[in-house]
Amino acid sequence: MVKKIYFLSILFSFFFIKEAFAAESGGMPQLNPEFWVSQIFWLVLTFGIMYLVLSKLILPKISNNLESRKSQILENIEAAEKQREASDAKLKEYDEIISKSKLEANSIFNQAREKALKDIGAKREVLDKQIDNEIAEAEKEIDALRKNAPDKINKIAIETSSELLQKLIGAEVNNSSISAIVDDLSKRSGDKYYGN
Amino acid sequence: MAANPMSQFDVYRIGPEIKVGAFDISFTNASLFMILSTVSILLVFNFGSKKNSILPNKIQLLAELSYTFVSKMISDTAGSKAKPYFAFIFSLFMFVLFCNMFGMIPYTFTVTSHIIVTFVLAAFIFIGVTVIGFIKHGFGYLKLFVPSGVPAVLLPLIVVIEVISYLSRPISLSVRLFANMMAGHTMMKVFGGFVISLGIVGGWLPLSFSVALTGLEILVAFLQAYVFAILTCIYLNDALNLHH
Repeated sequence: MVKKIYFLSILFSFFFIKEAFAAESGGMPQLNPEFWVSQIFWLVLTFGIMYLVLSKLILPKISNNLESRKSQILENIEAAEKQREASDAKLKEYDEIISKSKLEANSIFNQAREKALKDIGAKREVLDKQIDNEIAEAEKEIDALRKNAPDKINKIAIETSSELLQKLIGAEVNNSSISAIVDDLSKRSGDKYYGN
Repeated sequence: MAANPMSQFDVYRIGPEIKVGAFDISFTNASLFMILSTVSILLVFNFGSKKNSILPNKIQLLAELSYTFVSKMISDTAGSKAKPYFAFIFSLFMFVLFCNMFGMIPYTFTVTSHIIVTFVLAAFIFIGVTVIGFIKHGFGYLKLFVPSGVPAVLLPLIVVIEVISYLSRPISLSVRLFANMMAGHTMMKVFGGFVISLGIVGGWLPLSFSVALTGLEILVAFLQAYVFAILTCIYLNDALNLHH
């Protein structure tokens, strides 16, 4: 409504401008005192009202808006700073946990390795002993076999020789004489067959 | 169309003649544009302060930028003591700026192109500043006319010069604004008249001048409002912080 009145009055004023232009006047219209009082009156009125409205209603609001925005921004910055600090602390904590657990893992691994090495050593010792024992037993057996082998061979040789002689000459030959010969032979050439 | 470049400054009655005693306070085209300017200022700043959003919209940004611009201007020139006068200087700057800018629209009337308007503003500022100075410093305010470090021989002369320069403040302040506005608008009107009289053949040169002048005048309109406000700040600074 107010706007409409103003626009109408602008239109009105255009009307009068044309009229005024038609009636030309000489000199500077500014120095014509006819409307000075009117201009002063309207200036004081409009400027005064504008000043009052601006200073009492509008400017405090703008200043308030600016203040509140400033404080809010500051608050937000503070909050962001706080959160950054918190996240930094968390990051530190996390790093500590990681390094601690790394150390722990290392020590656990080392322990396990040592234990495993010890176990392996013990087992190896036991096995080595067993193997040594078995080797010693086997050597003993071999030795026994080796010791018995000439006697057995001699016996076989005596028996074979006696039987051979019996078949050849048909007469019983004294075993003891044959064994004497075999013993003698084996003593002479035994080293050739049984020697190590 | 009127050929006289001064006829754009004519004041004429709109509506009936209003008389209070011997004084004619009729509603004129000048009154109309004063009301237009103040209403536009109030509308702009009302809409600019209505919503308080963290991210301001365009009109809010405009209002807040103007606010910080003027407040920075005052604190730079007159210091923190000038804070109570912020609203007045803000209104003054906005009023002069809007009146000047309204004058840039063709067929409008420039309120500030009238010496009586600028003189009333300047005189009010002068009287106000002087009163503030005497309230703040008592008769010590007269020390403003006695610059320190001046040889005693020259003192009478200097004091006379200082007094004259102080008393001429309202005149220089008002004439500066009025003359700038009047000269600019007259020049534009003259060049506009040349465009018509030289016609389609030769009118292009003054037309281009006219275009350039319009840009210049918009700059002057802003600049003169700024100068008016900053000089007020400087006078206020003299009254608040006696520097001499």
